[in-house]
Amino acid sequence: MTEQLKHELNPDKWVKLHADFLFQYAVTRVSNHDMAKDLVQETFFSGLKGIDGFRGQAAERTWLVSILKRKIIDYYRKINSTKGKSEISMSFFEEGENQGAWIEAQAPKSWDNFADKEIENRELRDVLNECIHKLPEKYRIVFLLKTESQYESEDICNELGISPSNLWVIIHRARVQLRKCIETNWFKR
Amino acid sequence: MFKKFIISCDEATTICDKNQYREATIFEKIKLSLHIFVCGYCKKYTEQNAAMSRFFNDYIESPCKGNKLDLVEKEELEHNLIEELKKSKKPGE
Repeated sequence: MTEQLKHELNPDKWVKLHADFLFQYAVTRVSNHDMAKDLVQETFFSGLKGIDGFRGQAAERTWLVSILKRKIIDYYRKINSTKGKSEISMSFFEEGENQGAWIEAQAPKSWDNFADKEIENRELRDVLNECIHKLPEKYRIVFLLKTESQYESEDICNELGISPSNLWVIIHRARVQLRKCIETNWFKR
Repeated sequence: MFKKFIISCDEATTICDKNQYREATIFEKIKLSLHIFVCGYCKKYTEQNAAMSRFFNDYIESPCKGNKLDLVEKEELEHNLIEELKKSKKPGE
């Protein structure tokens, strides 16, 4: 047998070793603390069920995160299929006659103090993550899949059951809102 | 025929966002360039968007502060997991 370093699974230690990490991962994506916790629990259960399929090629945590990602995608499909556009997002562009033009108050302002501001990166990190957290859940999940996990657009569309144009509308809305939030909380302070 | 090239700010910034992931088509890029030639807001958006992409690359790492599992919750996770483990082992094993 080729002697490769194989990873092992130790379910008894999962909570101790990985619960915090998985929870952080989940809670940045879904809005709700309890939902994030449930997703972690389900990840552990699915992990147990799938234990025989584990080939030892990935580290235990990587493997668990990949299960959690699936759970989040399933969760997205569920909230996306419950109709009702109850989620109110800010509007940035005019409706009606002047459709698609910037609403004056929401339009980009200059970032004057840009050069000095960019250096202080610890705080910027906090502002950024706070802004991401303020996004509506549906936008946040899609935005992070594309921007952080760097999924291919085609894969996101397939997994989430949305069209490409839908995908870009969501990314667009997320980024417009993030730009505004960063401007308000970072550049205008 | 020029109408094809005229787009709203909403469309222009959508293309700009798409372009951050290198997925805008050439035709879209032409439309965007023409638009920002006449639109100061979208020009600004385009400039700032490049900076935003840089921020995202550098800083998304998502510690959601103050939102952690507490001990009781972890015990609960642990407990449920152990129960599930027991179930998954066949009796007599």
